[in-house]
Amino acid sequence: MSNSSAKISRGGVYARYWAVFIGLIAALIALTVWNINSGSVHISVSDIARIIFLREGDETQMNIVWKLRLPRIVAAAVMGGGLALSGFLMQTFFGNPIAGPFVLGISSGSKLFVAIVMIIMLRVVSFISSWMMVIAAFAGALIAMGFVLLASRSIKQMSMLLVAGIMISYICSAITEFLITFAKDSDIVNLHSWSQGSFSGTKWGDVRVFTVIILVCLICVFLMSKPIGAYQMGESYAQSMGVNVKRFRVLLILMSSLLAGCVTAFAGPISFVGIAVPHLIKMLLKTAKPIIVIPASFLGGCVFCLFCDYIARTAFSPVELSISTVTALFGAPVVIGMLIRRHGGKG
Amino acid sequence: MSDYYFRTSDLSVGYGGNVLIHDIEINIRAGEIVTLIGPNGSGKSTILKTVTKHLAAIKGDSFIADASVGAMSYKELSRKLAVVLTERIKGELLTCRDVVSTGRYPYTNTLGLLSPEDHEKVNSAMERVHALDLADRDFTAISDGQRQRILLARAICQEPRIIVLDEPTSFLDIRHKLELLSILRAMAKENGITVIMSLHEIDLAQKISDKIMCVSGDVISHFGSPDEIFREDIINELYKIDNGAYNIIFGSVELPPPAGDPKGFVISGCGSGIPVFRRLQKKNTAFCSGILYKNDIDYQVARKLAAEVIAEEPFTPISDEAYERALAAMKRCGKVICAGVPIGETNRRMAQLIAEAEKLGLTAGRDEY
Repeated sequence: MSNSSAKISRGGVYARYWAVFIGLIAALIALTVWNINSGSVHISVSDIARIIFLREGDETQMNIVWKLRLPRIVAAAVMGGGLALSGFLMQTFFGNPIAGPFVLGISSGSKLFVAIVMIIMLRVVSFISSWMMVIAAFAGALIAMGFVLLASRSIKQMSMLLVAGIMISYICSAITEFLITFAKDSDIVNLHSWSQGSFSGTKWGDVRVFTVIILVCLICVFLMSKPIGAYQMGESYAQSMGVNVKRFRVLLILMSSLLAGCVTAFAGPISFVGIAVPHLIKMLLKTAKPIIVIPASFLGGCVFCLFCDYIARTAFSPVELSISTVTALFGAPVVIGMLIRRHGGKG
Repeated sequence: MSDYYFRTSDLSVGYGGNVLIHDIEINIRAGEIVTLIGPNGSGKSTILKTVTKHLAAIKGDSFIADASVGAMSYKELSRKLAVVLTERIKGELLTCRDVVSTGRYPYTNTLGLLSPEDHEKVNSAMERVHALDLADRDFTAISDGQRQRILLARAICQEPRIIVLDEPTSFLDIRHKLELLSILRAMAKENGITVIMSLHEIDLAQKISDKIMCVSGDVISHFGSPDEIFREDIINELYKIDNGAYNIIFGSVELPPPAGDPKGFVISGCGSGIPVFRRLQKKNTAFCSGILYKNDIDYQVARKLAAEVIAEEPFTPISDEAYERALAAMKRCGKVICAGVPIGETNRRMAQLIAEAEKLGLTAGRDEY
């Protein structure tokens, strides 16, 4: 009896996984189309189809679609996925559902380093390469992570760890703002909008860099899903299952910092995606199994950021909102809901 | 190749370079059950954590089939040794089957997908601990007893040669304690799996273990078979309890006897006295007991609880000396409680003693005790 019922319920579980994945992919396609079709300049659907598939049409419209809308869509999707993944890894690492690159100050660390490198480079050689920004952001993420880890050694309480992260984030942001205020030239304008978080102005050259980095990370993280699953049970059990916990922890840190840093380098700090998306995905899937949650979180991040970027772009057009404003609007209630649920469950 | 499947050599354990327990030299054969006993904070968990390589040994090493645990990779070790820890499993949204399946980790492919054979092993491990009906329940929603069984199933399906359990019976009710220990015994004896664990219940430790390890102070004070270890002096010293509180025959402990002058004399035999002794003790009334043969079960309890026991050697008629002492004690107590005693050839004088109590008007009614 128990054997057959187990099989049936496992069948039901798989049906749920399929439904979630199909739903996410459908939403991704729908949002992509919707995003291409919307903007301050109206372009008809047939024109867009011609521009994309035949590469012919009005030159201004060609430019709008190919140079503005498409790279921005890819940026929102890929970087959203990267952020969700980074959040998932940090939650795994700290065993804390509200850990994420933004609340722990990792994004702000990246922001600070990118700002410093940008200002120096623009002043000295008036040129900065995408790779250099990524390296700076990665270094900043690692240093901020180092501080969080230092704090976590002396602070055992998880909520206090988040407070430490938020403080680090404020310090980094304060220094960044200070640098921007005293930086010269027209670059300030650029820096300022970037430091608030935005997908606008993405170029195909950047797209190539972050897509390669994030997709490689995605594959690596997916291949790590077995030890991640073991680690979710707690460090001691993971070790008893044969995981080299010390090495695995280093890998987790590197992966999550690289993902968070890479996104920050190109789009600035973006809030709440890292916490809200993995949580929503786990709720939808009713499982925390990494082999399912990792690809689903990535897709979820794509969908979430495409949706938020659509709103940032169009809600008060032609004025653009910063992407963090929108992600916070939708992400924060999810986090609050999660906290209430958990607290209620414990009480 | 030594005879022993698991051994430690000159092992020192502790935290952060501070030695807590040193000179640990134990030898265990395959299929033996070894239990660590000792007071709280004595370092039982520290030893177990070192054996499972969660803590690095400060000095020395342990060996599984002559292979150094210190030099072994975690992966190698995970195929030889499984654990049931006291710390809670953290994972969220896990069914019991998911938890048990994690035991297959050392054997699955890169992505950790279970083969049909793995599913088979997960099922049989759950069957082994009588937990198949829990398979699809949420792991956080089951009772402590069920949780320990699931964790044991998890360890079983890891197919280890050694299972290490840190206080597996804590928080379990008596039925689940017995159930868990029976499963362990069956595994050890039928499958030759070596079991190393810590227990707080010394009575159960005595009954299940092949070897006992007493952890006390900074050394292993004793290591040997339960027959060698479960002596009143060793246990009293190990747990620093007052002389006499631990009863070797029952393997249990008694609360200290009531203080003060004895206020009652209990006449009993063949177990009729035990409930009376306990009632008097709970009222904190000191009492004397007699005349009990030394092979009487009442004697074992009276010895621990009574202020004075008038005893006689087994299978001999009651001597004048014992009779006089009993009579004197009866008068001194001022009250006699007859809990009932079978009268036979050798203890005929008990009838005489009871009659004497009646005559002196000392016999108390049943409601008086």
